Amino acid sequence: QAEACAKYGGRHTVTLMTGDGVGPELLSHVQEIFRYAGAPIDFEIVEINASTNTPDDMQNALLSVRRNGVSLKGNIETKFDDPSFKSMNVALRTSLNLFASVVKCKSIPGLKMRHGDVDCVLIRENTEGEYRQLEHENVGGVVESLKIITAEKSKKIARFAFDYATEYNRKKVTAIHKANIMKLGDGLFLQCCKEVAREYPDIEFNDLIIDNASMQMVSRPSQFDVLCMPNLYGNILSNIAAGLIGGAGVTAGMNIGDNYAVFESGTRNSGRSMKGKNIANPTGILFASCDMLEYLGHEAHAKMIRDSVMTVLSEKQIRTPDVGGSATTLDVVKAIIDDVKPKTSAWKAIQEHGS
Amino acid sequence: RGQQRSYSSGNSLVTMIPGDGIGPEISSAVKQIFSVAGVPIEWEDVDVTPVKGPDGNFRLPQKIFESMDKTKVGLKGPLATPIGKGHQSLNLALRKAFTLYANVRPCKSIEGFETPYKNVDIVTIRENTEGEYSGIEHTIVDGVVQSIKLITEQASMRVAEYAFKYARDNQRSTVTAVHKANIMRMSDGLFLKCCRDVAARNKDIKFSEMYLDTVCLNLVQDPASFDVLVMPNLYGDILSDLCAGLIGGLGVTPSGNIGEDGAIFESVHGTAPDIAGEDKANPTALLLSSVMMLRYMELNSFADKIEAAAFNVIREGRVLTGDLGGSATCSQFTEEICQKVSES
Ligand SMILES: Nc1ncnc2c1ncn2[C@@H]1O[C@H](COP(=O)(O)OP(=O)(O)OP(=O)(O)O)[C@@H](O)[C@H]1O
Ligand SMILES: Nc1ncnc2c1ncn2[C@@H]1O[C@H](COP(=O)(O)OP(=O)(O)OP(=O)(O)O)[C@@H](O)[C@H]1O
Ligand SMILES: [Mg+2]
Ligand SMILES: [Mg+2]
Repeated sequence: QAEACAKYGGRHTVTLMTGDGVGPELLSHVQEIFRYAGAPIDFEIVEINASTNTPDDMQNALLSVRRNGVSLKGNIETKFDDPSFKSMNVALRTSLNLFASVVKCKSIPGLKMRHGDVDCVLIRENTEGEYRQLEHENVGGVVESLKIITAEKSKKIARFAFDYATEYNRKKVTAIHKANIMKLGDGLFLQCCKEVAREYPDIEFNDLIIDNASMQMVSRPSQFDVLCMPNLYGNILSNIAAGLIGGAGVTAGMNIGDNYAVFESGTRNSGRSMKGKNIANPTGILFASCDMLEYLGHEAHAKMIRDSVMTVLSEKQIRTPDVGGSATTLDVVKAIIDDVKPKTSAWKAIQEHGS
Repeated sequence: RGQQRSYSSGNSLVTMIPGDGIGPEISSAVKQIFSVAGVPIEWEDVDVTPVKGPDGNFRLPQKIFESMDKTKVGLKGPLATPIGKGHQSLNLALRKAFTLYANVRPCKSIEGFETPYKNVDIVTIRENTEGEYSGIEHTIVDGVVQSIKLITEQASMRVAEYAFKYARDNQRSTVTAVHKANIMRMSDGLFLKCCRDVAARNKDIKFSEMYLDTVCLNLVQDPASFDVLVMPNLYGDILSDLCAGLIGGLGVTPSGNIGEDGAIFESVHGTAPDIAGEDKANPTALLLSSVMMLRYMELNSFADKIEAAAFNVIREGRVLTGDLGGSATCSQFTEEICQKVSES
């Protein structure tokens, strides 16, 4: 995939969709840290947010992602009081057919949380289910909303989950559903997972009902490894799991399709209330940007930045208020840059002197 | 609500569905505690094992309808749903038969039964009749299924109104509507609109609205910041279990199903066939459900007395059932609560 992405002279071009709330400020910090780290990425900045919602704005954004193959994105607010306004986040994911959402939730050393042993990957069908937005008011005061489950998408996400488990050496995949109530819809999803599971005899497979899974997630999260689920349940469980490891500020997310990938915060919040206050936690979006570097094959840069973010968060304990600190966003960013700088100069020296 | 007047004078009759598995043990524990507390009610035991009708289908026995018609209020232990085709879940059958439109679950941290979450005191109120549980599904073509989530103004208004009434009756300050109207703009939008309308008529209770995902995120980070939550069926199913998880699980979580003319209170845990008949079951969930029932019947002083006794026993931690980390039998635990009740 990475080969197909826009690349000139060893550098990749990546679409940067700025989003609402703290999106623009956090993404500018990412750019700055990338500069200090010497990450071989050129950003093509696309200003897109709730107030740039003409079809042209959307087409421009899509065109850019299609050209570059990869995007880093802030969340776009959805004004749910304006019925003409449809979620632009969902439109982007469906237009680019980003069928899989992946959110990794692993306890961060040094952050004191209620559970210290979380290490799970939430893999979520990202384009259908409850998010198809097929709704109508049959008669006044009676609304139906269609949830669409297809064998094609269900098998595709199941296969993605098992391939992920295989590649990253995970032991177990758990399918999440409510097939006791939605016998046909969730029943089909579960059936597809079971069929795909048979092709992967080395990986353990089980299933759990969504309400029970939510209870288990808050009481014994260590039992979970890779989870595979339809759209809405993925939304629910990835927010619970993100909450367990430190919240919206520390969780990264990615949206993967056959041709394109979009990286964003794991909980997809815009953080409207924090905008401009210099208190938002940059960790989550930085982890997302490291995942992006890895996806493009820049493993060394990804590791360098991720290590520095970890060092600042876990060892130096320079933290924003959401994870119990009193540092500002800029304090954290500066600390990360200070940690990155010596690494890049040493690195340059090695490259120049060819050791 | 005219029916509630009758409760405060003389002994009222209450329908008891002891249930299966551990059901008989825990329901007799509740009866024992009620009699020591001198609660002015009488029980009418009803077995709800489905009976075969003339058309060959199984259905709830006539007795339960007759009893609920008289009593308007029931307490129910866990029920085993018979496995096999044609058997609807009994819980669902009861819910439908008595139009139990709101499911209420208070989740309050229990002192002495520690979990990683402190100071939880949340009530989830779930719309119980429609939404994703409409049961309308089709396979459109092979491999493509549509499931219909049905949201009506009538059901949404009804549950929203109950949420505000509950908040007022139970000295709660805030009702939060949980929704996903950013995605499901019309259906959750309608639910939200109904909540706003009702809120506007109940200005003494604070109202807020939150996305389902943000609630999930914040519930595990700061559960103490939530009060009463009201939501459509599926979200309620999920969040009520999540909240139960915060306080230690279904073994200690009470529940009530409120209907238009009657209510059934129940423990939501299973029948626990592995320990049935061994005198090991924990009756707390059913007992706390019966406490909710007493408050519904406006027998608050008895509710307070029994609740305090149960919480005291758990806080002291000397006599606890296995699931609470002790080694006492159900009878010993019950005996200890009775002791506390009679001392008070
Ligand atoms: N970068 C961040 N750092 C720290 N906390 C964050 C960050 N982003 C979001 N949060 C927190 O996560 C929670 C949810 O965020 P937010 O209010 O944006 O979500 P929302 O309710 O989905 O609204 P929105 O429409 O703005 O996305 C809030 O408590 C917010 O403070
Ligand atoms: N009151 C109960 N008595 C016995 N078993 C129950 C009870 N509630 C839930 N269960 C069982 O627990 C498991 C999970 O319950 P689930 O939440 O799917 O069902 P429910 O709570 O009865 O209905 P709903 O899906 O509407 O929540 C099922 O096996 C169910 O039969
Ligand atoms: Mg949001
Ligand atoms: Mg349930």
